[in-house]
Amino acid sequence: MPSLGADMDAGTVSKWMVAPGDAVRRGDIVAVVETEKSTIEVEIFESGTIEDIVVPEGERVPVGTVLATVRAPQVPPAPPAGERPRSRTQRAAGAPSTAPEPAVPSSAPDVTAAATGPDGAVASRRPLVVSPVVRHLAAELGVDLDTVAGTGGGGLVTRADVEHAARPGSRRRSSPRARRLGEEFGVDLTSLVGTGPGGAVTGDDVRRAASAGAGGAAARAHPTTRTVPAATAPESGAPSTEERQLAMRHAIGALMARSKREIPHYYLRTVVDMSRAAAWLEQANLERPVTGRLVMPVLMLKAVALAVAEVPEMNGFMVGDRFEPSTAAHVGVAVSLRTGGVIAPAIHDVGTLGLDDVMTRLRDLVVRARGGVLRSSEMSDPTITVTNLGDLGVDEVFGVIYPPQVALVGFGRVAERPWATGGLLGVRRCVSVTLSADHRASDGHRGGIFLATIDRLLQRPEEL
Amino acid sequence: MSPDEARQLIEAVLHEIAPEADVAEVGPDETLQEGLDLDSIDFLNFVVALHERTGLEIPERDYPRLSTLQGGIEYLVAGVPAAG
Repeated sequence: MPSLGADMDAGTVSKWMVAPGDAVRRGDIVAVVETEKSTIEVEIFESGTIEDIVVPEGERVPVGTVLATVRAPQVPPAPPAGERPRSRTQRAAGAPSTAPEPAVPSSAPDVTAAATGPDGAVASRRPLVVSPVVRHLAAELGVDLDTVAGTGGGGLVTRADVEHAARPGSRRRSSPRARRLGEEFGVDLTSLVGTGPGGAVTGDDVRRAASAGAGGAAARAHPTTRTVPAATAPESGAPSTEERQLAMRHAIGALMARSKREIPHYYLRTVVDMSRAAAWLEQANLERPVTGRLVMPVLMLKAVALAVAEVPEMNGFMVGDRFEPSTAAHVGVAVSLRTGGVIAPAIHDVGTLGLDDVMTRLRDLVVRARGGVLRSSEMSDPTITVTNLGDLGVDEVFGVIYPPQVALVGFGRVAERPWATGGLLGVRRCVSVTLSADHRASDGHRGGIFLATIDRLLQRPEEL
Repeated sequence: MSPDEARQLIEAVLHEIAPEADVAEVGPDETLQEGLDLDSIDFLNFVVALHERTGLEIPERDYPRLSTLQGGIEYLVAGVPAAG
């Protein structure tokens, strides 16, 4: 189960698009997963042949769980079961479906089984791939990389995977006895601080928590970012609209609370003269058919993507207490949902796309976000987010950064304003551009340069 | 195109763009953007859908005329030749 955004702890496999024996290519959509916020089409990172579907439809599992195994093209088919020595991968992958654990409801994840999967969400038989930065983070957070399931390309263990593993609750080990007791006493193991080896939750931990009462001191001692109370977690199938709204509020609330708790935000604002951009846009649209016209947010997204190339401190992720810039600009677009809630999937590599391509992708993304079907890569890797509340007539928006990103750019309404220049007062179409940025990654001076760069780029719309 | 046909077309298109929204709740002179909470992308999709169903070019300068239900009906009635 890939991590589809920092606010996701678990997901429900609602549909498999492939069956064992099917050939798949990297990027193919292999499954549909329901999260609190959306329905997401999961793309596969590897080409090969589907060997085994591990998690059946309707089952909710934590991030990192092996969903299926895929055989790489160059690896010959495994001999029939029973004759072959079973590899660690296969045992780990097979455990959830073969181990009789009827007492554990699907909403109470079997974290041990999830943690032992050495490979990706869709496991392959490739060696563990880890970047030096991620390795460093793992060492810092005390995470054993061999126990982390990679969700990146090629089974790569990503920063998010390590953070998930380090996070209390999401990947904490627990003994079988602890799980049994947890169920008996109604104690959520993911809320406990383990005292066993490697922080594992032991039976005694559970007993202590049970005697302290639900939500007692033990459970409170360690704040977690788990978001969905069991009551709203769907056991199987699609959640009702109401359940989903409630779950989404929880997910957004938890992520934003984490942002406000962890990120030392600073805020800047600048007013940008949009006369040139608006005039250029009108002219450009005269030449375009109805179906190919651009909207102002396209220019804004492109300007932000180009500006981060000049001020890279705004683009990337916090890894532990260290900022890791991203070379690509995957711009998250905050899309409000009419049923309530907001989601910010990415348009990839905006800086390298022409405006028409950005427009096409933006339209497609908004429609799919509202229709509730997004792709896994769009959810997992925005490097900066843009929010545009101008359509609702809002003058400006000071946003909350999506962790682990380090900046959020807000655009307000494009409207006529008095504009003094060269000793004269005129009327210009203007927009208020705001920056919420992470002080751990940059300072106000660099933030100011970033906003000035966006301004400069928007004055030359023909070069965007 | 008759006013009734135009109304049906607009309501059908809006329903596709904003399935959750209730077009009947929007007054004839209230803007669709406000009444249905449409953003610029939604509005563009609305215009594109009308173009695809009617063949009208709908230049950008005409967008304000489409911003209310009543305005949209009048625009389509004036712009689309009667069938047959």
